[in-house]
Amino acid sequence: MSGQLTIPQLEHKAIVVREDIIRMLEHAGSGHSAGPLGLADIFTALYFDIMKHDPKNPDWPDRDIMVLSNGHCVPVRYATMAEAGYFPVEELKTLRKLGSRLQGHPERTRLPGMENTSGPLGSGLSQASGMAYVMKFIDKQPHRWVYTVMGDGELNEGNIWEAAMFAGKNKLHNLIGIIDRNNIQIDGNTEDVMPLEDLRGKWESFGLHVQEIDGNNIESIIDACSMARAIVEKPSVIIAHTVPGKGVPFMEYDYHWHGMPPNSEQAKDALKKLRTLDGKIKGEHE
Amino acid sequence: MSQLHLSSKIGTDDVEKEPTRKGFGRGLKAAGDENEQVVALCADLTDSTQMSLFKEAHPERFVEIGVAEQNLVTVASGMAAMGKIPFTSSYAAFSPGRNWEQIRTTICLNEQPVKIVGSHAGVSVGPDGATHQMLEDIALMRVLPHMVVVVPGDSVEAEKATRAIAMNGQPSYIRLAREASPIFTTEQTPFELGKAYVLRDGKDITLFGTGIMTYECLVAADVLASHGIDAEVVHVPTIKPLDEETILASVKKTGCAVSVEEAQVAGGFGGALAELFTRDHPVQLRRLGMQDRFGESGAPNELLEHFKLTGPHIAEEAKNVLGK
Repeated sequence: MSGQLTIPQLEHKAIVVREDIIRMLEHAGSGHSAGPLGLADIFTALYFDIMKHDPKNPDWPDRDIMVLSNGHCVPVRYATMAEAGYFPVEELKTLRKLGSRLQGHPERTRLPGMENTSGPLGSGLSQASGMAYVMKFIDKQPHRWVYTVMGDGELNEGNIWEAAMFAGKNKLHNLIGIIDRNNIQIDGNTEDVMPLEDLRGKWESFGLHVQEIDGNNIESIIDACSMARAIVEKPSVIIAHTVPGKGVPFMEYDYHWHGMPPNSEQAKDALKKLRTLDGKIKGEHE
Repeated sequence: MSQLHLSSKIGTDDVEKEPTRKGFGRGLKAAGDENEQVVALCADLTDSTQMSLFKEAHPERFVEIGVAEQNLVTVASGMAAMGKIPFTSSYAAFSPGRNWEQIRTTICLNEQPVKIVGSHAGVSVGPDGATHQMLEDIALMRVLPHMVVVVPGDSVEAEKATRAIAMNGQPSYIRLAREASPIFTTEQTPFELGKAYVLRDGKDITLFGTGIMTYECLVAADVLASHGIDAEVVHVPTIKPLDEETILASVKKTGCAVSVEEAQVAGGFGGALAELFTRDHPVQLRRLGMQDRFGESGAPNELLEHFKLTGPHIAEEAKNVLGK
């Protein structure tokens, strides 16, 4: 899927993904809004430019792998996968419904292309490290990469730092962690709940290569992943600063939207804001 | 029973003894020889969990994790996603004691065939005391969907069980003991996951044993025979899935039972039997094991005696059940 779309086309795709997220959350009546909206640019960049994968052959043995660690943000992954062609966009409406392949938190065995089951926080980096270890040392597949998306709040978990020690020790250069640094978690701002700074220094001291970027800038995301792939002696972590609720002004920066879906009126308003870039342009599907 | 090819030295002073973890070590090496997808991960206990044999034979497939049991099983989950068959070992008190949620989510719900090897389980760990005497592992692992739970009776069976779970394609837990225990099976004794074995036929009462407690049930049956009581001994190395057919057939014949385990009876092996009997064939069941309490320091044999988990105590309980 690499490099088929221009940056403006990718930016437009990210807006479509955000619209899907709003519609599916409204329809589900529960779920997380802020995180998935903030991650839409990162997921669009991963699925439409960065990762080597094939929606028609989800188990393709040469594919890159993406492990979603903070499972509650899965609506963004579902929306991006649907837009990429893994399953019909229409199916997004089944989110969180009985019998759906789109569970409230992702389950690998239900949906082809979903690489891991997650929800309880802190285990994605370890799973990604296990995959990267096998690729690097056992199966010797130098052309494959493992990406993992983590939240910032979940960095409170000890399991993350056990994985960081392991990845650093083994110099898993084929492992690229992307941290959604949106500064919110359920009880408030991350630096009030349990401070993470100096976050760059923490990761560097564990032996990882660190970049800090604007996680809502698609070009920056693509460039940072290229840089991470070029670092051959260390695993990489990209601290991606994102705006929670990005694209919907009344959700942006407000941690109350962490675990809440929009009602129908709010969804209508959100969709309008997304289509018009908050009134800056005339919405193209209006 | 002749077709089971049991050791001829059962009940004698000549019976050979070896810790079940030794058999695991040989089984893991053999599984690694047979299948190159087998990998082994350890949390800083490579010698004492007996992974060293595998490490020497297949160093490129051995991964040292350090003292980090949550990482141990989640790295293994990632390796299983890449088609590997990971064996993870530590002391049972730490794995699955500390990392249960990771096992639940990234292995069982995620349906990855990771093998959890819990060594040094039970009170027979001895002087290390209660913190290290894991008693709740059977309960913790048994309640997880997709998980297979195996408690080998001796080191010979542990070797067979290890090779069997390497090939079963499922999340699996194998419980091992630190201390040397009597070997009552032989190379020729059959072993199949999910099967219970009638080691001694009887008609008055059934003694159900799992792990190293089965040998004590055989000793108890001899004691009972000297009192004119004809006890049947059923060895249940696989606690999940339970061999319901063999177990029910035995109690339908004898009408009452004693179960023995080196673990909490609540939720443990005795718990599993109680659930089965309540559903299909209510009979009196006396559950021997740890009764809602922790262990303590002491010599292994001293502790088994203290907690009444030896042949003569089991025989006494069986007589109580029979009102004799």
